[in-house]
Amino acid sequence: MAESTQVTLTYREAVREALREALEKDPRVFLMGEDVGRYGGCYAVSKGLIDQFGEDRVMDTPLSESGFVGAGVGAALAGMRPIVEVMTVNFSLLALDQIVNNAATIRHMSGGQFNIPLVIRMATGAGRQLAAQHSHSLECWYAHVPGLKVLTPATISDARYVLEMALHDPDPVIIFEHVMLYNEEAELLPKEQIAAMDKAVIRRAGQDLSLITYGGSLGKTLVAADQLASEGINAEVIDLRCLRPLDKTTLLESLSRTHRAVLVDESWKTGGMAAEISAMLMEEAFWDLDAPVLRVCSQEVPIPYPEHLERAALPQVADIIAAVKSLPGVL
Amino acid sequence: MSLQDKKLHLGKNDLRELLYKMLRIRLFEERCAELYTQEKIRGFLHLYIGEEAIAVGICQSLLSDDRLVCTYREHGHALARGMSMTEVMAEMFGRTNGCSRGRGGSMHLFSAEHNFYGGNAIVAGGLPLAVGMALADKKLNRDRVTCCFFGEGAVAEGEFHESLNLAVLWKLPILFICENNLYAMGTALERSESETELYRKAASYSMPAKYVDGMNVVEIEIAAKQALDEIRLGQGPQFLECRCYRFKGHSMFDTQLYRGKEEVEKWLDKGPIVQLVQWLSDNYDLTAEEVDDMKQRINLEIDAAVAESEQGELEPVSDLLKDVYTEVTHG
Repeated sequence: MAESTQVTLTYREAVREALREALEKDPRVFLMGEDVGRYGGCYAVSKGLIDQFGEDRVMDTPLSESGFVGAGVGAALAGMRPIVEVMTVNFSLLALDQIVNNAATIRHMSGGQFNIPLVIRMATGAGRQLAAQHSHSLECWYAHVPGLKVLTPATISDARYVLEMALHDPDPVIIFEHVMLYNEEAELLPKEQIAAMDKAVIRRAGQDLSLITYGGSLGKTLVAADQLASEGINAEVIDLRCLRPLDKTTLLESLSRTHRAVLVDESWKTGGMAAEISAMLMEEAFWDLDAPVLRVCSQEVPIPYPEHLERAALPQVADIIAAVKSLPGVL
Repeated sequence: MSLQDKKLHLGKNDLRELLYKMLRIRLFEERCAELYTQEKIRGFLHLYIGEEAIAVGICQSLLSDDRLVCTYREHGHALARGMSMTEVMAEMFGRTNGCSRGRGGSMHLFSAEHNFYGGNAIVAGGLPLAVGMALADKKLNRDRVTCCFFGEGAVAEGEFHESLNLAVLWKLPILFICENNLYAMGTALERSESETELYRKAASYSMPAKYVDGMNVVEIEIAAKQALDEIRLGQGPQFLECRCYRFKGHSMFDTQLYRGKEEVEKWLDKGPIVQLVQWLSDNYDLTAEEVDDMKQRINLEIDAAVAESEQGELEPVSDLLKDVYTEVTHG
């Protein structure tokens, strides 16, 4: 096979190319958010797009999260295909009303008369010493809400291709981009190899247990799986990719082979995504389980600023390995 | 009341039509109250009694393509917009012949056919939607105006300020209509606003803003027509504060401890219907028989709507989850 078409991209570039393609392909698409235009995006994701597409299609907004996210809902209602960037999940709390009370409800509440083909992108996660108000992982809050779809692209190829799928979806889709991923670099896979946006993907095959994770925790989980392999424990690593709807089929199929599961989730343990999946596995795969389902999550604390405390608060490779080794029958 | 010099384009028959439309809302709302006490209508019920002139006066100059965004006190707007009594009443009965298939109830009337976008039960929650729809219309070069109704309670919300700012910044075709009935639930205007001349707040965002007597349908009609004409020329949003009074409680649960009976009675004399009846009697020979005849016709329409609502079907429980998401047909 010729290898001349291989492309290596950063996660940031992958999202940018996805945005560029979306803006090129469909005149109904426009990007709006705080500093997405002249500044180039807080994380430099949209850098250069305003020069190519002009300020009507790459719109800088004032600091009015509720206002412009709601405007995205309204524009979607009226036939556009808006992509709204909320700088971070932390700021999205100011737009919760529009997302939860409008975007998620209007289709059902109107008896199916209206749909909201809206895409909201936001950065999430900790790891850059940004302290307690800029380190949240609140994906599970949105995954709680019927009417929304929640994507967590963890790879460069997913970052490149899920936006198009989200834009083709007739309902509101929220895409979470973990801040620690933007500088990650990898070879871009051909589009045909990318699974549908709502499918979980097995990133590493294994038979001893299933490590289930998503977003910014995928990398750590794969590292942990490699180290476990060197000790003779073969972990399967599943990247959820989509938190709502949850691809139960892939999870249950994996469990039917491995009989053990450890969830790795950067959000807090209490009431988080890991709790939800753990309960689901208990309900639907109880007789497949040879061990309790374990969770590796963030400590129950506002994420602190100092590097050593931040590290201690977040799930680390060593925590994942320790959890796996504590499972009965693994060693 | 100085209608004489303001009637302009409104002739004798136009004024009778306005009276008829207000009476239609009044009698409909009175019947709703009865049906509520009979437990035919459940949930929250917010009546528009006393405020009829606003919806009627504004809707008079709207075109079929124009959009409406309303609040949970929106029966009057739906009727003034041309939705049938049956689809509104059946919605409150929770039947599938309701305008939202019975899923929304009193607070969530939707109609794609009438460009009627709710029925929003979060105070100020509709304003960002209006901004977005007007933004889409502007981007798509459609000649449409979005009329956004809200009560004066919304003025205290952040979404009000965000939305007005965005609307002016982006020069959007929106008519903001503040229905100032002096009480946000039970909190009087002067107990919640530092500036009680609410149109001044809108003016501070650099948009044309004024107040009108919200009990005077002619004054409202004239102000709305002028504002809409100017908005259609692409001159950006405008703001109309309609000063009115809610004759009934906030909802059916309201015992109205926060205001005296004398106050309510004082306002009753200034009601939009008594004013217009008086004026038409004095100047255009309106007779009591004519008014009775109108009421009779309206009551027949209401009777029919109630009968059709009673006969409406309940949505089967098997359809409970339908339209949470758009059904994507594969094939």
